[in-house]
Amino acid sequence: MSAGLRLYLSVGLLSAAALAYQLLLLRLLAIVQWSMLAGTVVSLALLGHGASGTALALLRGRAAALAPPLYVAGAACFALAAPLCFALAQRLPFNALELAWDAAQWPRLAAVYGLLALPFFFAAACFGLAFIARGRDIARVYAADLAGAALGAAGLTLLLWWASPQTMLRLVALLAALGAALRPLHPHAQRPAGRLQPYALALLAGAVLLVPESWIAPKPSPYKGEQQLLAVIGARRLEQRSSPYGTLSVVASPRVPLRHAPGLSLQASAEPPPQLALFTDGDAMTVITAPGDLRYLAQMTSALPYALRAAPRVLVLDSGGGEAVRQAFALGAVAVTAVEPNPQRFALVRDGYRDAGGAVYTGPRVRAVAADPRAFLRRDRARYALIQLPPAQSFAGSGAGALAGAEAYLYTVEAVGDALDRLADGGLLAYTQWERLPPRESVKLLATVIAALRERGVAAPGARLAMIRSWQTSTLIVKNGALDAREQSAIRAFCARLGFDLAYLPRMEAAEANRFHRTARPYLYEAAQALLSPQADAYIGDYKFDVAPARDDRPFFFQFFRWRTLPELLGLRAQGGVALLDVGYLLVVATAVQALLYSLLLIGLPLLWLRGAAGDPRWRTGLYFAALGLAFLFIEIVWLHRLVLLLGHPLLAASAGLSAFLLFAGAGSAAAERWQARLPRHAIAAAAGALILWLLLLEALWPRLVDAAAVWPLPLRALAAVLALAPLAACMGLPFPLGLKRVSVQAPQLLPWAWGINGCMSVCAAVLASLLAMHFGFQSVLLAAAALYALAAMLLR
Amino acid sequence: MSALRISAALLAATTAIAAAQSDEYARERAALLREIERTVTQTARETGRAQLDRRVLEVLGRLPRQLFVPSALRDSAYDNRPLPIGHGQTISQPYIVALMTDLLQPQPDDVVLEIGTGSGYQAAVLAELVRKVYTIEIIAPLGEQARERLAQLGYKNIETRIADGYHGWPEHAPFDGIVVTAAAAQIPPPLIRQLRPGGRMVIPVGSAFFAQTLMLVEKDDDGMVRSREILPVRFVPLTGQSP
Repeated sequence: MSAGLRLYLSVGLLSAAALAYQLLLLRLLAIVQWSMLAGTVVSLALLGHGASGTALALLRGRAAALAPPLYVAGAACFALAAPLCFALAQRLPFNALELAWDAAQWPRLAAVYGLLALPFFFAAACFGLAFIARGRDIARVYAADLAGAALGAAGLTLLLWWASPQTMLRLVALLAALGAALRPLHPHAQRPAGRLQPYALALLAGAVLLVPESWIAPKPSPYKGEQQLLAVIGARRLEQRSSPYGTLSVVASPRVPLRHAPGLSLQASAEPPPQLALFTDGDAMTVITAPGDLRYLAQMTSALPYALRAAPRVLVLDSGGGEAVRQAFALGAVAVTAVEPNPQRFALVRDGYRDAGGAVYTGPRVRAVAADPRAFLRRDRARYALIQLPPAQSFAGSGAGALAGAEAYLYTVEAVGDALDRLADGGLLAYTQWERLPPRESVKLLATVIAALRERGVAAPGARLAMIRSWQTSTLIVKNGALDAREQSAIRAFCARLGFDLAYLPRMEAAEANRFHRTARPYLYEAAQALLSPQADAYIGDYKFDVAPARDDRPFFFQFFRWRTLPELLGLRAQGGVALLDVGYLLVVATAVQALLYSLLLIGLPLLWLRGAAGDPRWRTGLYFAALGLAFLFIEIVWLHRLVLLLGHPLLAASAGLSAFLLFAGAGSAAAERWQARLPRHAIAAAAGALILWLLLLEALWPRLVDAAAVWPLPLRALAAVLALAPLAACMGLPFPLGLKRVSVQAPQLLPWAWGINGCMSVCAAVLASLLAMHFGFQSVLLAAAALYALAAMLLR
Repeated sequence: MSALRISAALLAATTAIAAAQSDEYARERAALLREIERTVTQTARETGRAQLDRRVLEVLGRLPRQLFVPSALRDSAYDNRPLPIGHGQTISQPYIVALMTDLLQPQPDDVVLEIGTGSGYQAAVLAELVRKVYTIEIIAPLGEQARERLAQLGYKNIETRIADGYHGWPEHAPFDGIVVTAAAAQIPPPLIRQLRPGGRMVIPVGSAFFAQTLMLVEKDDDGMVRSREILPVRFVPLTGQSP
C-alpha cells in the first residue's frame, strides 16, 4: 500500500471513529444519566481538538520530526481511551440530581467532562500531526478526514439498529487501532520496527476486545425509573433492545404489581390489571397493560373527553405502550389511530408483546403508525373527534427537570395549530400533564394553547377551554368550537364523581376551584384567568418560572428556569427550595462554566505562556477569531436543534447535522486553502455576506421544507437536511483559513494566539448556544451569529 | 510501659474520641434543630404550622441520625438535605421529616403505618412518639438493614415487613396515621381504607432528592377523603398583581 493511501485510510478511519464516538456518547450519556448531559458532547469534542492544537503548538518545530511515532501513539491512545475513559467516567460517583444539594458533585462533573474529552484530544492530535507532516497533501488529508467523519456518523446511526452502544464502543476503538496499525507517517512500512506492527496491532485489538463488558456496559443512575423498579422484590428484566432511538427494556414485576395509572382518582373503585413496564433509556416509563378489568381507565383525568363524546374517532399521539389506545376503546371509541415515534417500541408492543398488551396495535378498528407525531399531524388528512396526548415523560423525570434542554416539538404553538387542523367540527384536543406545585407544565401549556388559538383568529379562546386536575395530573381540553352548557355540566359532574378539581371552565366561579385537592391558592384557576385576560403578558413576565408559550423557534417546553428566581430559591435552600430548580438547566449552565474554565486552562493559558515568543496579541486579530468561534458554533448548534423537527430524533439530527457541517465546512476550508492565491482581496467579506444571505434564505424556506418533507421517507429527509445546510456550511468554512492566511502573512507570531482564541470560544459557544436558544429562541442566536460574522468581516478587511 | 498500661491508654483514647464525636454530633444536632425551627417559622403561612410540636423536635434532637446513613456520609448526617442510602433511595431532608411527622399529629396511643422503611429513621422518630409503628419496605436489602438497625437501637414498638406497601397491613388496621415516605406514584385505595376516620396520611410528592411538596390526606368521620398539598417553602410563583 502506498504511503499516501495509508495516510488517507488511517486518517479516515480515525475520523470515523472520533465522530462515531461523539455520537455514541449522546446515546451512552442518555442511558447512564438523563439526556441532560448529552448537550455537552459537542463541546467535549471541541475541547479535545483545541487542547491538542495547543499541545502541538507547544511542541513548535519538533512536531514534524516526532509526527510518525506520535501519530501511532495518538491513535492507539484513542483506541484505549474511548472505552476506558467512558468506563472510568461512569464509575465516578457523580449524581446529577445532587448538583443542587451537594458541592462535591461539581468537581466530579468536571472530572467526567475531562475524562470524556480525553479521547478527542488524542484523535485530534493525530489529525494535527498529519497536517504538519504532510503539509503538501493537506487538501487530500482534509478530504479523508471529512469523508471518514461523514461515514462514521452514518455508519454509527445504521449500526445502532443491530449492535448495542457498548459493542459500538469496541468497534470505534478497533477502527482507531486499525488506523494506528497503518503507521501512515512512517516513510517505509516495512522498516525493522515495522515487524512488530502485527503484534502491536494484535495486542491493541486484544486489549480493546478484552475490556470487560461490565466496564463499558452503561450503568444507569440508580435513581432512574427502571433501576428503581428492578430493586423491587421479584422484579426482573424480560428483554432489552437497542436502536438509535434509545435502549428499550421490558420489566415485569409479578410480586409487586405496577399499577401505573397517572392521575387515578382517590375515589377509584378499580385498579389496573397486570402490567409490564416499558422503559426507554431506563426511564420515561410507559406500560403494556394485560387484558382484564379496565374500569380504572375511566377514573383518571385523561378520561374527561370521553365524558363529553360518545363513540369518538380518536387519534393518540406518542402512544407508547398503548395505554391511551386501551382507554379509548374501553370508553367507547369506534376507531383509533395510534402514532408512536420510536419504531422499535412500536414493533415491540405490536408484535413482541401482542398478547400481553391485548393486541393494542392490531385489530380492525386500529390504525397504528410508527412515525414522528408532529410530522404525522402535518401529513395526515383525516379528521378526528378527539386527539389525545398522554403525559410526555415520567413523573420522576418531570420533577427533576430532566428534559429542560430537550426539544419538544409536539408542545409548541405551531404544533397546537397542526393538531387543531386535524380536529373535526366540535372535536376535542386533550392534553394530560403531570402536575407540580407550583404549577409549571400546565401553566405553560395553557399559555401555549391560548397563543395558538389567538393566532388562528379565535377572539374568545376561553370559551373553548376546560381544565381539571387531580393531585398528580391535569387534563386540558381544547374544543374546536365553544363548549356548550351540556358539556360544561358533564365536566362538572365528572369532577364531582371522581373528586377532581375544576381548574378552568368558561364563566366558572372561583369557589368551584380548589375543593378536593387543595393547594395554598387556586394556582391553576388564577393562571387561566390571567392568561385569558389582557394582562396575560404581564402575568407571564411576573411568573417566577418561564411559562411563556413554547414555539418552534424556542421549543424547550420543559425549560422553566428563570435567572431572577435563582437567588430566591438558593436562599430557600434550607426549606428545600433547591428542589424547585430544574437540574437539567443547572447542568447546562455548569457545563458552560466548566467549558470556559477548561478551555482557558488547556487552550488559553498555554498559548499565553507562548506569548513571550509570539509577541503581544492584537485585539483585532483576537476579536476576529473569537467572533468566528462563537458564530460557527451558534449556527451549528441551532441547526442541530432544528433538525430534530425534520428528522424526529436528536441522534438522527446530530448525525445528519454534524456530517453536513463537517463535510461542507471542511470542503469550504480546503477550497480556501487551495485557491487562496486566486481569491479576491475581499474574500472574507464575500464569504460572510454569502453565508448571511443563505441564513436568511433558509429562514424563509425552512418552514416550507419541513412541511413538504413530512411525507418523505427518513433517508430523503436526512439528505434534504444535508443539502440545505451544505452551502451555508461551505461558506462558514471559508473565513477561518482566510483569516489564518492573512495573519500568517501580516503577523505570523500571532497564529497560535488566533487559533487558541477560536478554540476557547468554540468550546464555550457549543454550550452557550443552547442556553441562549432556550431564552431567546433560535432566530435570535442566528441573528447574533450573523452579526458576529459581519463584525469579523469588518475586522479583517 | 506494660501491655496493660498501653491497652488502658488505647481504651481511654478510643473512648475520648467516641465522646468527642458524640459531642460533635450533639452540637450538629442542636444546630440542625435551630435551623429547622427557624425554617418552620419562616414557612408558617405555607405549611399552616407556626411551630412544630415540641415532642417532635425533642426526638429529632436526640436521635442519632448518623447511624441511619452510610458510614461514608456520617459527616453529612446533620446537613439539612436528603442523602443517598443506596438502592436508589434517599433519607429525607431532616426538615421534611420533622414537618411530615408534625403533620401526622402523632399521639402517644396512636398506631401508625409507614410505607417505605428506607433507612428506618422516620420509623424511629415515630416510635418515640406513638404506641406502635408498623413499617413496610419493598426493597429487601434495605428492609433487612433497617430491621437490624432498629433492633440494635432497641426499638420494641416497631414491626417491620418486607412486602408491597400497596396493600397496607390490614391485620393491624385501622391506623391513626399513615406516612408514605417513599415518593408515591399512586395513593393506594387500600391505605385510604385502612386509615381510621379522623386519621391523617402524609405523602411526599416528587422524586429522589426532589420531594417538592407534601400531601396531607384527611379522612373525616363520614369517610370522605380530601387532600391538601403543602409547599414547604416560602415561595409564591407570582408576585405581581393577578387580574
